[in-house]
Amino acid sequence: MEFIYEVEGGNFTKAGNASSAVKKTLKQLNVNPKIVKRIVVALYEAEVNVVAHAYKGVITVNITPEHINILLDDEGPGIPDIDLAMKEGFSTASSKVREMGFGAGMGLPNIKKNVDDLNVSSIVDKGTKVEMKTYL
Amino acid sequence: MKKQQIYHALKVDHDICYGCTHCMNVCPTDAIRINDGKALILKKRCVDCGECLKVCPVDAIFVEQDDLKNIFDFECRVALVPSVFTGQFPTSITEEEIFSVMHELGFTHVFQAEFMVDVINDLMNEQSLTNEDKPLISTFCPSIIRLIQVKFPSLTDNIATVNPPVNASAAFYRKMLIKQGIAEEQIGIFYVTPCAAKIAAIKGFEKYHDSINGVINMQYLYNKLYVKIKNSTKEEKELPVLPHLSSKSIQWSLTRGEADNMNGKCLAVDEIHNVIEFLELLENDEIPVVDFLELRACDQGCAGGVLLHGNRFLTVERLNERARQLENDNEGVNWKEHKEIIKDKDLFISKLDSLPAMSLDQDFSEALKKMERIRNLMCYLPGIDCGACGSPNCSALAEDIVQRKANLSNCVFLQRTMEKSKKLSGEHAIRLIEKTWGKDRLDKDCRKKGAKNEGM
Repeated sequence: MEFIYEVEGGNFTKAGNASSAVKKTLKQLNVNPKIVKRIVVALYEAEVNVVAHAYKGVITVNITPEHINILLDDEGPGIPDIDLAMKEGFSTASSKVREMGFGAGMGLPNIKKNVDDLNVSSIVDKGTKVEMKTYL
Repeated sequence: MKKQQIYHALKVDHDICYGCTHCMNVCPTDAIRINDGKALILKKRCVDCGECLKVCPVDAIFVEQDDLKNIFDFECRVALVPSVFTGQFPTSITEEEIFSVMHELGFTHVFQAEFMVDVINDLMNEQSLTNEDKPLISTFCPSIIRLIQVKFPSLTDNIATVNPPVNASAAFYRKMLIKQGIAEEQIGIFYVTPCAAKIAAIKGFEKYHDSINGVINMQYLYNKLYVKIKNSTKEEKELPVLPHLSSKSIQWSLTRGEADNMNGKCLAVDEIHNVIEFLELLENDEIPVVDFLELRACDQGCAGGVLLHGNRFLTVERLNERARQLENDNEGVNWKEHKEIIKDKDLFISKLDSLPAMSLDQDFSEALKKMERIRNLMCYLPGIDCGACGSPNCSALAEDIVQRKANLSNCVFLQRTMEKSKKLSGEHAIRLIEKTWGKDRLDKDCRKKGAKNEGM
């Protein structure tokens, strides 16, 4: 089963809407609360990343009896050095974004901690794809 | 997970309920349906918050309570009174006066439910410091505890394992009376409750406590008492000597009562819809680190309880006034003097299990199939969320259909489409409406609420 959500770059008020919708769905599907929590925390981080850095993005959630696969595909500046972005504390967020409590450089590392597989690919000046998979 | 019998205090009086949609629309857990013209509360989802009772235009929703006569089953009849009870009386009437009239009603002892607040405060501070799952969530409001178990199962580990003050106080007083030589079976402790959730907590769900023998509806007692106070001649009366509560204890049940007295970063959220909004954020990890959370189902905390007579804002003001009067008073009872009779089991509860009630099926792949069908049904339902089908909104109807509790033809808009395509006759459509809303429901009735002969 597939769910699609659109994300608007720069709109922090709406950041988290997709995560909340996915959370409701997973609860209805009787997924173990601990797994739900991990997925939602990871997705929220990733959703905020799109809002903070990209112009717009699409979240595609795919749920099968075996796994939950989430793809965040954004149009934006891209990540020049993915290995560096995966380091805790590394952040390119503007001071405006940091003032709002985001951009501590924990985004990608935190996502990695909460899902089973994480794949990040990016083309500079074009966009970033973040794919995360959790096995059930 | 073990199956538990869940007790609910909120009931629907079928003789009075005329099947409107008020309760169904405000229920924070989508726990109400209308069938055959009457509201039906789904036990698995109800958290006893009392929103339905507050909104019912004809008082068809009521709480199950103990008869005041039940106190006479005991020789030693104890009323356990929360401070919001006194907060409903004008401050010119002293606590002693109020309690002395309670003696006239048949109680032999009157104690304050907040007596153990200081102990509870210390214990929660200890847990808040050591708890791995931050923030620690208070056990004070039973409706919130239930809400977390039902709707936010991943947060059950955040709930403290400290007893709410009322249960600890009841346990304390019972032991104190036993120590004074009264036989245990002769002691009947009755809690004067401001809400439905506390009734449910005491009477049933979980093994909350066994030291309380019954609950008395606060509204009922207020009326009984106020008549007596109004009609009493102001003669010299022997007033009972009460342990004076600290101002902190008096304000404990109000919003920020706990949060202002806990260590670290503490937040207080009141009113159940606000709490749900906040818990959604907390579950997403969108909340920066907070050490302690005070969550209350009612606006203004217990002052907003459904069984309170007075306006909640006035009650808050009166309690604050009573607390100010006490600030210079150092006669408070020190619970530590009685420390030897308090046991751990009076102060702690075990970790709570989650009771998730929002899932479509126990089995994941079954649930997945059901969800696919719901998404398919939503293509046809109009998304108006009118409630005319007897379910609170279109997605709830879709869910009820998938769970075989309703049919697509319950939707009044789809009925029109079916009529147009000749799949449904007009008469059949009326029968369908009557199935949800009761027989002859669409007939003219000038005595209904708001109609020209109302009340005649």
